[in-house]
Amino acid sequence: MKRDVGKWGPMKRTCGKTLAIAAICLNFLAVHSLAQTAGQTAAQSGGELRFCLRSEPKTFDPLKVEDEASAAVRYLTGGTLLRVNRQTQELEPELAMSWKVSKDGRQISFRLRSGILFSDGTPFSADDVAYTVQQLMDPALHSATGDAFRSGTGNVETKVVSPTQISITFPAPVAGLDRLFDQVAILPQHSSKKELAVLGPFMLGDYKPGATVFLKRKPNYWKTDEQGRRLPYLDSIRLDIQPNRDVEMLRFKRGELDVINSLDSEYFDKLAASSPQMAHDAGPSLDSEQLWFNQVASAPIPAYKKNWFRSANFRRAISEAINREDLSRVVFHGHAQPAAGPFSPANKFWFNSKLKPQAYSPDAALQALQGDGFRLENGTLKDKDGNEVVFSIVTNAGSKTRERMAVLIQDDLQKIGIHVNVVTLDFPSLIERMTQTFDYEGIILGLTNVDLDPNGEMNVWLSSAENHQWNPQQKVPETAWEAEVDRLMRAQASSTDPRKRKEAFDRVQEIVVEQQPFIFLINKNALSAVSTTVRGAAPVILSPQTYWNAERLTVTPK
Amino acid sequence: MNLWRKLACAVLAIVLCAAAAANWLAPAGYARQYREATSAPPSRAHWLGTDELGRDRFARVLYGTRISLLLAPAAALLSTLMAALIGGLAGYLGGIWARMAMAVTDLFLSLPWLFLLITARALMPLNVSPLFSVMVTFLLLGLLGWTTAARVLCTTAGSLRSADFVRQARAAGVRGQRLFWIHVMPNLKPVLYAQFWISIPVFILSEANLGILGLGVAEPMPSWGSLLKELEGLVSVSEEPWKLVPLILLVVVVMSFQLLLTRQDEVAA
Amino acid sequence: MLKAKIAGHALALVATVLLGGVLSATLVRLAPGFDVDEQDLDPHLSAESAQALRAARRQDHNILRFYFSYMNRAAHGDLGTSLALGRPVRTLLRDRAPLTLRLLALGLGLAWAAALALALSAAWLRLSVYDAVSTLVSGTLLCLPAAVLALLSVLWNVPGSLAIALIVFPRIYRYARNLLAKSYSLPYIVTARAKGLGEGRILFWHVVPGVAPQLLAVAGVSVSMAVGAAIPVETLCGLAGVGQLAWQAALARDLPLLVNITILVTLVTLLANSGADVIGHMVRGQES
Repeated sequence: MKRDVGKWGPMKRTCGKTLAIAAICLNFLAVHSLAQTAGQTAAQSGGELRFCLRSEPKTFDPLKVEDEASAAVRYLTGGTLLRVNRQTQELEPELAMSWKVSKDGRQISFRLRSGILFSDGTPFSADDVAYTVQQLMDPALHSATGDAFRSGTGNVETKVVSPTQISITFPAPVAGLDRLFDQVAILPQHSSKKELAVLGPFMLGDYKPGATVFLKRKPNYWKTDEQGRRLPYLDSIRLDIQPNRDVEMLRFKRGELDVINSLDSEYFDKLAASSPQMAHDAGPSLDSEQLWFNQVASAPIPAYKKNWFRSANFRRAISEAINREDLSRVVFHGHAQPAAGPFSPANKFWFNSKLKPQAYSPDAALQALQGDGFRLENGTLKDKDGNEVVFSIVTNAGSKTRERMAVLIQDDLQKIGIHVNVVTLDFPSLIERMTQTFDYEGIILGLTNVDLDPNGEMNVWLSSAENHQWNPQQKVPETAWEAEVDRLMRAQASSTDPRKRKEAFDRVQEIVVEQQPFIFLINKNALSAVSTTVRGAAPVILSPQTYWNAERLTVTPK
Repeated sequence: MNLWRKLACAVLAIVLCAAAAANWLAPAGYARQYREATSAPPSRAHWLGTDELGRDRFARVLYGTRISLLLAPAAALLSTLMAALIGGLAGYLGGIWARMAMAVTDLFLSLPWLFLLITARALMPLNVSPLFSVMVTFLLLGLLGWTTAARVLCTTAGSLRSADFVRQARAAGVRGQRLFWIHVMPNLKPVLYAQFWISIPVFILSEANLGILGLGVAEPMPSWGSLLKELEGLVSVSEEPWKLVPLILLVVVVMSFQLLLTRQDEVAA
Repeated sequence: MLKAKIAGHALALVATVLLGGVLSATLVRLAPGFDVDEQDLDPHLSAESAQALRAARRQDHNILRFYFSYMNRAAHGDLGTSLALGRPVRTLLRDRAPLTLRLLALGLGLAWAAALALALSAAWLRLSVYDAVSTLVSGTLLCLPAAVLALLSVLWNVPGSLAIALIVFPRIYRYARNLLAKSYSLPYIVTARAKGLGEGRILFWHVVPGVAPQLLAVAGVSVSMAVGAAIPVETLCGLAGVGQLAWQAALARDLPLLVNITILVTLVTLLANSGADVIGHMVRGQES
């Protein structure tokens, strides 16, 4: 049928224009909507992220997590009330919209989001939070997550005010209470699936023991992005269990892996040379490596050696004789900094900025030792009783960096006449010597700092504690400085004023640097590898360095 | 002595002499660290480059030869003799002796000796000299490495019991020890030589692997095993082929041992 | 009479396997590091938690009590629970054994095929150059660390069974080559050659049957060699087999898992070697 547009005249032309404009608008809307859907589909076809776990996850129960592999699965699947933003290091709301900590540090109240479901469809409410806390504080649980909240004897009370409001009261003040909830993944009270029903962005899809942990997107995850698109973008995450770093690197280079969360410095340089955009150095991490001497009175080592190790002057001299710059440069290829004290400068709030790394000075070291009666005879250092200064340094086999550090230190100390025997042992044997038989002289190990708050290290600094490595479980502090450190640590633990806590812990750091029970060597940099197919990655120093924002990552096909 | 055997002797002699003369041949001590030149490529100053701690690799190969080339064959000899005594004798005696010996051998093959080695390390003081530590390691390897050959020797000796020449010797009045050592043992040589030849590189490599338990050679002393462990960083070997020199040297030495052990008439057409 | 003999052998086998279990349990228990866990280094655990976890681990202290209770449970099909992985040992072994068996079967098959092909052809041809080249190849493989061969298999994307074959092949080849070479100097072979018999006939009709019992003995021990090679290969290639499990168990001093794996390995070793002995006797019987 022919259309005779001309018969309609000006009104028809106006109508026609309007229709055309409307058609154009409709088209635009259709295209936009299509684009949005396509964009949404594209965003939710964010691909699969693949990386390696260094060991088998020991548990999928988020309350019992002890090892790194289980912690990785918990981070990706667990929904927490609050989350420490790994980039800004600030605490942010998650399942809780807001929270309030009481002045005395004993009570915390949460206002929760509504309309959230577990992965099996069970609705989330304050009852689940109460249930989780009760499980966590069960004395029979014995887990690091729960123990972090144990500040005193007595029961923890949970009060469910409404489905979206809950307050939790502890028997004693808990320092840094709110930040501890970053580690607490909420369990469902009523679901039959127990810990497999999760609130995080991903859920367990498949688990092949010894081979792979496969996580798939949780379809009803509550979070959306700024454009209203439901997160996560990724379809799935595949975690291959691979302890060997050479194989991990091979697979990354072949494109079978998308990220390496913690990269060794020797691989970093090779990757940076061939594909600089894939190698990331986020700067000094919280991790440190240290050497310490056995100060246990009952240790089965010769008495004259105990006298050396218990002398702060001796320890300071050893510290001065170690070339930390060389450790950073030779062992870590420049991707580490000499350590100033127990905390890394990356821990911006808690690090005592007055502290500086010990300068390398073998002459000063020798002088200090001579002040204690040591003397150099034919290139060998002897103590005041004529005993040659010979001792062993033990470290765990399998850690190339620690073995190399031990050999460099051996060479450094040889220059001042001290003969060091380097012994590498398998980890269980080393732990036995360190914690039960005390049959060792020197040990090099590292501290991997998961949390920023020094309260997490109470058991290291308290002289009565088990992890006071150089001389654990003292009935009464054996030295005045350890008594002072005990007092300061207890003071900061019972205070809720950040300034007062910082003051106390600054003083602890100064005492530790003065007395050198741990000779802090270096702070490693946070090195990682991220394939160019991964979008949205922003590697940071806090763990997990590369996938801390997994819900916003996408992997584009090559 | 044929040409190949002469060549093998010459090679082994050169290697041994070079190791003995390490103090003069090596540009520096094996422990000296050139910290400004770590992982350096070969140069006039460092013929095989330096390792990750700046130590001259050529010096470490030379000094490492002393340890590995002396102790590994000694441990291999020990394991071979033990295999001969246990397997050979059991097979020769036959009956309940053979069955018992083989049951013990099978048990030996199956047990997790890792834990014995860990215990051995625990019993040693922490401050032992690297040389003592490596000697104990090779001794343990020798004491544990006889089982494979023992099984084969038992079968071989068992089949020799009914061989014509043994029957003839017995008929001629030869008995007991004399019969075993003079008539049976020489015919076990193929298996004994195989055991000895295989054990040398296996023990050299095992010594390095035992470093994970605190055994083996202690830093800074080098051994071929510890030098060969560098090959596990496959990613770097393709770019640093000089790291293959210890492997080539070991292959050459192992081939030389094989040439010494092989009789020409067993091979030539 | 025959039944009594078989029953005797079976009893001896069972007794050896059980003894293997007791000895391995003793070795693990007495080795340092038995009573510890990495959790002991976690500063977040309170003193009470640390002590409670240690007390739970101490249940396996008395080795005889552990073993009797293990035997009691094993008789009802319960092989215990892995301390490191927290899963029933029976499930772990059942899930992983097929992969390891496939790996070992393929690896051994390839190793024997290559070793016999090379050894037989070297014996037939009896050329110095051929012998030298095959010795060079086997010697080089012997000098490569097992970890390097496993890593190469990852690099070249080839199956782990090939890595096992490359580890086991040089050992089998050397034994086979030496046994065959020795056989050629025996009087009856010299006679056969003098009488004008062809090389092929001499090799396959006279030499090989003569060394068959010894080759079978090598076959029996090659199973143990392959089992030993499976540990680094599975661990590095990321294969979830019994070898990888054994390594994890050793590092963690996982007593229930280690005892079960030792019993399994002892059983496999005894069966392989006993089988080789029986067939060897039959062959020797046929020969004479």
